[in-house]
Amino acid sequence: MSGFLWGVAIFLLVNAFLCLWRAYAGPTVVDRVLSVNIVGTKTLVVLVLLSFVFERSLYIDVAFVYGLLNFIVTLAASRFLETGRLRGDWS
Amino acid sequence: MTPADAVIGALTVVFAGLGAFFFLVGTLGLLRLPDFFSRTHAATKCDTVGAGSLLLALALYNGLDADSLKIIAIAGLVLLTSPTSGHALARAAFRTGLVPWRKERAGEEAS
Repeated sequence: MSGFLWGVAIFLLVNAFLCLWRAYAGPTVVDRVLSVNIVGTKTLVVLVLLSFVFERSLYIDVAFVYGLLNFIVTLAASRFLETGRLRGDWS
Repeated sequence: MTPADAVIGALTVVFAGLGAFFFLVGTLGLLRLPDFFSRTHAATKCDTVGAGSLLLALALYNGLDADSLKIIAIAGLVLLTSPTSGHALARAAFRTGLVPWRKERAGEEAS
């Protein structure tokens, strides 16, 4: 089963590198932010897979923090793009 | 290897394969679709389903455990946050004046 998990992890990493092409060549800024968000989700799943491959349950906690940071980064970037600032009210 | 182990292994492989397939579809949509709004549609939806399915497969493979509970919590987090961040990005793009793509039709007014 460990070989199968390795295979899924490598497949997801190839997908993540393909997504990075959109972050390089995306015509707008929101394309780049979306691409980085998607790569972050794939990295989260790869971290949980590797915790089973290496039998270290610490990686699951790392994946949890990674997911939270991914969410915060995307929300902050979209808010900055929409209003031009990060603090204060929305007006 | 008892029959219950075999059933759990088969379910793990099926759900993990389904998740990997959805990740591939999301990547293709992110690379091939014509504008930002259709790309965010494809990418966030497929990534949510793919991550949820793969994490469910890993929780099944782990068995009843504290790690399993943590993996289910991560799956719930992804199911909550991925559509929210996609919506926030699409809202920012629409409010700042990105025009959605329309298919050009020859000899016909775009309605």
